[in-house]
Amino acid sequence: MSRSHRSVIPGFGLSLGLTLTYLSLIVLLPLSAAFIKTLGMSWDEFWTAVASPRVVASYRISFLASFAAASVNCVFGLIVAWVLVRYPFPGRRVVDALVDLPFALPTAVAGIALTALYAPNGWIGALVAPYGLKIAFTELGIFIALTFIGLPFVVRTLQPIIEELEPEFEEASASLGANRWQTLRRVILPQLVPALLTGFAMAFARALGEYGSVVFISGNMPMRTEITPLLIITKLEQYDYKGATAIAVVMLVTSFTLLLVINLLQKWSRRHYAV
Amino acid sequence: MSSAVSSLQRAAEAGHRPLATRDAAWVRYTLTAIALGFLALFLLLPLVAVFGEAFRRGVGAYFAALSDPDGMHALKLTLLTAAIAVPANLVFGIAAAWCIAKFNFPGKSLLITLIDLPFAVSPVISGLIFVLLFGAQGWLGHYLDAENPALPWLQAWIIEQDFKIIFAVPGIVLATVFVTFPFIARELIPLMQTQGNDEEYAAITLGASGWQTFWRVTLPNIKWGLFYGVILCNARAMGEFGAVSVVSGHIRGVTNTLPLHVEILYNEYQFVGAFAAASILALLALVTLVLKTLVEWAHARRHA
Amino acid sequence: MSIIARNITKTFGAYTALNDVSLDVPAGKLVALLGPSGSGKTTLLRIIAGLEFADAQSGRIDFHGTDVTDFPAGKRGVGFVFQHYALFRHMTVAQNIAFGLTVQPRRLRQTKEAIAARVQELLKLIQLPELGNRYPSQLSGGQRQRVALARALAVQPKVLLLDEPFGALDAQVRKDLRRWLRHFQREIGVTTIFVTHDQEEALELADEVVVMNNAKIEQVGTPQEVYDRPASPFVIEFLGNVNRFAGLGHRLPGAGQDVLYVRPHDVDILREYHGKHAIRVQVQHVFSAGNYGRIALVRADTGDTIDAELSRVRLAELNLVAGDEAFVVFRHIRLFPAGAFSERDVATDDTSPAVVDAGRDI
Repeated sequence: MSRSHRSVIPGFGLSLGLTLTYLSLIVLLPLSAAFIKTLGMSWDEFWTAVASPRVVASYRISFLASFAAASVNCVFGLIVAWVLVRYPFPGRRVVDALVDLPFALPTAVAGIALTALYAPNGWIGALVAPYGLKIAFTELGIFIALTFIGLPFVVRTLQPIIEELEPEFEEASASLGANRWQTLRRVILPQLVPALLTGFAMAFARALGEYGSVVFISGNMPMRTEITPLLIITKLEQYDYKGATAIAVVMLVTSFTLLLVINLLQKWSRRHYAV
Repeated sequence: MSSAVSSLQRAAEAGHRPLATRDAAWVRYTLTAIALGFLALFLLLPLVAVFGEAFRRGVGAYFAALSDPDGMHALKLTLLTAAIAVPANLVFGIAAAWCIAKFNFPGKSLLITLIDLPFAVSPVISGLIFVLLFGAQGWLGHYLDAENPALPWLQAWIIEQDFKIIFAVPGIVLATVFVTFPFIARELIPLMQTQGNDEEYAAITLGASGWQTFWRVTLPNIKWGLFYGVILCNARAMGEFGAVSVVSGHIRGVTNTLPLHVEILYNEYQFVGAFAAASILALLALVTLVLKTLVEWAHARRHA
Repeated sequence: MSIIARNITKTFGAYTALNDVSLDVPAGKLVALLGPSGSGKTTLLRIIAGLEFADAQSGRIDFHGTDVTDFPAGKRGVGFVFQHYALFRHMTVAQNIAFGLTVQPRRLRQTKEAIAARVQELLKLIQLPELGNRYPSQLSGGQRQRVALARALAVQPKVLLLDEPFGALDAQVRKDLRRWLRHFQREIGVTTIFVTHDQEEALELADEVVVMNNAKIEQVGTPQEVYDRPASPFVIEFLGNVNRFAGLGHRLPGAGQDVLYVRPHDVDILREYHGKHAIRVQVQHVFSAGNYGRIALVRADTGDTIDAELSRVRLAELNLVAGDEAFVVFRHIRLFPAGAFSERDVATDDTSPAVVDAGRDI
């Protein structure tokens, strides 16, 4: 390295070399295996694998349930974040810590716990069964599991933004004669939109790929309650590696697109909040 | 971490909000009730259900279920997996944070994005890619294929060692390492970036070597962030289900981790056993949350 | 220990931070690198410290005749005090000060007792003997500054380098510490360079001031030299307030299209017209708080604003109020040819300014 690029802090070569090697071996090489595997398929083979009715039905249920769960999380996540930041109440710290439960609780545990609650003979399932409402083993069950795992994404994205909201904006709005509702709708909410969208995209992306918490409660009926990740497992168990990989590639492309969208949203949101 | 920390700091001040930012009492109570109700229904109730179901047939049945030898084996395998995955990702996380926070080089933001990649991948796919790589049908599996070995000496050695990757412990470890890959790095990178390089420069002008600077100046400064990342990484490593499920082969007493053990018992309608094992994992999750909160407090106090 | 920097160039991508800069610092002197932000002064200091390296094939750094250009920072024997002190947050004051001594190779390292004694000695020197067990977060800004200094001195550096040493302090603390540092440097006699953007600080503290602008050194000299005989328009404008009159056909001999500078304290105000060089003005505002009276005036002919500074006694004599008509004469004028103002490549040799001493009675 030439003298001018020499850094006073040592260890650049070692740390970058280690990082790139480990990243390549653990992440990039295995991920590329999925893409290279599909290269060995003809277009017809690939299309049949990713567009057969059962597969399309699984996309539909995965997308709809994830979208619904992320939307509901936006509404309730906003309320939870707002209450946690703005309204002091006893035990707030405990509640704040509890929000991370879906991050910490293994998904399989969440899955069987939610099933125990919402099965027709379960704690809540038994309450609603007399009204003809079935939650577990229906789309509704999938939605509930995905809401569970997505909540912290929305709350944790919004919380710091609500904390940093300058009181001056609200004071200015109030001094100009706006009532609290007008201030909320026209001054506060617009400032939260970038963070809300980011939280939505993160919860949605996580929900699309989720497996453990859904598989117990969904009932796994092909065409009705079979989510895409489960379909990949089913194909693997039938030794249909190509079919499984083709669907996986579709999901990977979707996830990477979402990752890109999230990165752009975060960039936008940083610019937005930098002012 | 910073967000959670500042939320704690602000919690103390929140009693004295400017008048214009204060909502009417009925709004406060209604929103608080909605928030708490939602959290109770969606977070607290499932947690309670785990313990409720585990103790449904009494304390005796609970402990009988816990002492199941397959369960004990599953617990050991879970601990072993975490004991490999966490240190591996710890070393990587420090190396990645060091080169990203302390130096400028082209492609840095791409590198940061690539480090986050495993978070975007479905757990099921995280398992699948290792099956593709090492399974009998896979690339490297091809070299290990008994019928037609491409590298006979390697195959001979592997057979001699009785070494398997997929449907064996190494596969479980690899899938877990992949899934928990970003946790520590993404905790450390922003932390080290905000701390800047001045203390390292100071140590170096005072004659410290690179390692002395790292051990005596950098490491003590990032220890809370490091601990935080380790807690999160460990929680995920012990709890990972989807990825491990794909690579493990579910061989009872051999390649079952605790979450997989929960699934097997549940699918066999051994509900007390399933929830007893689940209660161990739930306890681990609670310990994780407590430790995480303590770290945030300690950190907040240092920076108060 | 003398320091010589020769032909130092430093670029960061397309940006030039230092453009062929050379500097001599005689042993034992206290030298200020003075300039606006972006002038390259901190980069020069960091290159002397070994925290940055000059561009390849450019320049060299000598410490007392030894070429240290390729020495890493830890081997140069410099004490560096960072702008925000960079005290190790997780160590006590005593541990901070001892750090440099404890990281020495084992065969050179002093015993624990010797190190502890040295730390105590330094704590006394910085007048904080009781604070060895505190953490940096428990200290005031001025105390942190002194601890940073003690830490740098613990390894007995041959050269002491300070980056904006008073930048992060309150005005009062800054004044006290400034005096203390001056005294302290005289006492231990270590060659010292400090970076500042505050001209008052540089003029008050330094034996020699190095004025920097746009990656170049504009002038080197004693505080009196740079103030009284500025080598370039930049120096005169940067060091204190000045009135600037550009390209006017004013009535001064030899002025032509040149630019003319007058310090406010070289402006005298007269109640009555007095000689052909007096300029008719109108009083706009009188500020009479502080050590001097400051008067804002507007030229009747061109509308330019002129600032004047008078002693309060003189101000009282004149008894001026806003709106009064008066006349000004310049006691001392500095003049630069219009060509001296090209942005970058000011050839300082060609601009040796004509000094026009207008005298009291023009």
